[in-house]
Amino acid sequence: MGAPRIVRTRGIPYPAGDPSLSPEAEHAWRRRLVEQGLAAVTTHVSQPTVFEVPAE
Amino acid sequence: MRVVHYINQFFAGVGGEDSAATPPSSAPEAKGPGRKLAALLGPDHQIAATVWCGDDYAVGTAGAMDEILALIQAAEPDLVVAGPAFTSGRYGLACARVVAAATAAGIPALACMHPDNPGLDEAGTAPVVASGEVARSMGPSLETLGGAAKALLGGAELTAAEGRIGRLPRRSVLDERNAATRAVDLVLARLGGDRDATEVPLPRFDQVTPAAPVDDPAAVTVAFVTEGGLVPDANPGGLESARATRWLRYPIDDLAALATGEWRSVHGGFSTVFANADPNRILPLDVARELEGEGRIGALMPEYFVTTGNGTSVANARRFGVEWAADIRRSGARAAILTAT
Repeated sequence: MGAPRIVRTRGIPYPAGDPSLSPEAEHAWRRRLVEQGLAAVTTHVSQPTVFEVPAE
Repeated sequence: MRVVHYINQFFAGVGGEDSAATPPSSAPEAKGPGRKLAALLGPDHQIAATVWCGDDYAVGTAGAMDEILALIQAAEPDLVVAGPAFTSGRYGLACARVVAAATAAGIPALACMHPDNPGLDEAGTAPVVASGEVARSMGPSLETLGGAAKALLGGAELTAAEGRIGRLPRRSVLDERNAATRAVDLVLARLGGDRDATEVPLPRFDQVTPAAPVDDPAAVTVAFVTEGGLVPDANPGGLESARATRWLRYPIDDLAALATGEWRSVHGGFSTVFANADPNRILPLDVARELEGEGRIGALMPEYFVTTGNGTSVANARRFGVEWAADIRRSGARAAILTAT
């Protein structure tokens, strides 16, 4: 996509969520996404780089 | 004839990035690159004034163009020239807006920047000529600008021969070869190895150099931005559902989360049922506030920025990016998370 730092999410209609989960589990997933985003902005990259949220 | 030259704070000698918030100012003389430009314009024309402004101020402050235009008009110019801006995004956008504003006010105007500069499409009907990529090419860029300025002052219309780039005014002409013949000729040219021949140039995608990382999110303000079309439920700003031409900002500084029913996505490119049921699925304010409360994020920017990324033109998207970057820099935030649908 050309964006320098990309965190992969689960679906176009809910970039910061996952409606298939229970509300508590979805909240936890969203938190891990944002935590990964914060990790991405502290990481040096020289080209578009995809960051995967680690498995629980 | 009288020429007013617009440049940014750097080329005016005010300072670099730390001075990018400098408000507009002017002096009744050529400054910086304007001195060589004055020599190139020759004895028949004079640089009656130089107007300069910090790039962040010019691009990120409401009313900046009115202030700059007032300074320009005070010098009673026959022509306004802006740049060269090279590939500098904010400077290019500022130059383009200056020449567009001057043209709208009835003053002939001319900008100079690299063809990849995101400001190019903002110049409206004002002509733009090509500069080099970086300031090292100042000499030849000024020669192009000076030559084009003299041609304009002489009453000529600029063409590609004078270095003109960007949107050219459309004129109806009668081609002796009909569309079918021209299409087949283009196919034959393509089969012959010509990958560039076209009658409809497409927008170009560029490579973005990644910004340096921040050391510690706990020590900085973080901005949240989305192209998911998420706005207050009544859509007070009238954000478009597709082909957005603008972006909006809404305050979130007194909110712990985005409440269901108070926000909705107007995005026309996907089903917004999930977004409307829980707007934090588009803009993750709830967890961002938690992380702020725990000290993992220094602070959240008090407003978020939003547009709709649905068939949005590359030119508009690039402009949004430049404006967001300038605004976020000015706000003091040092990192941004953009949620993309």
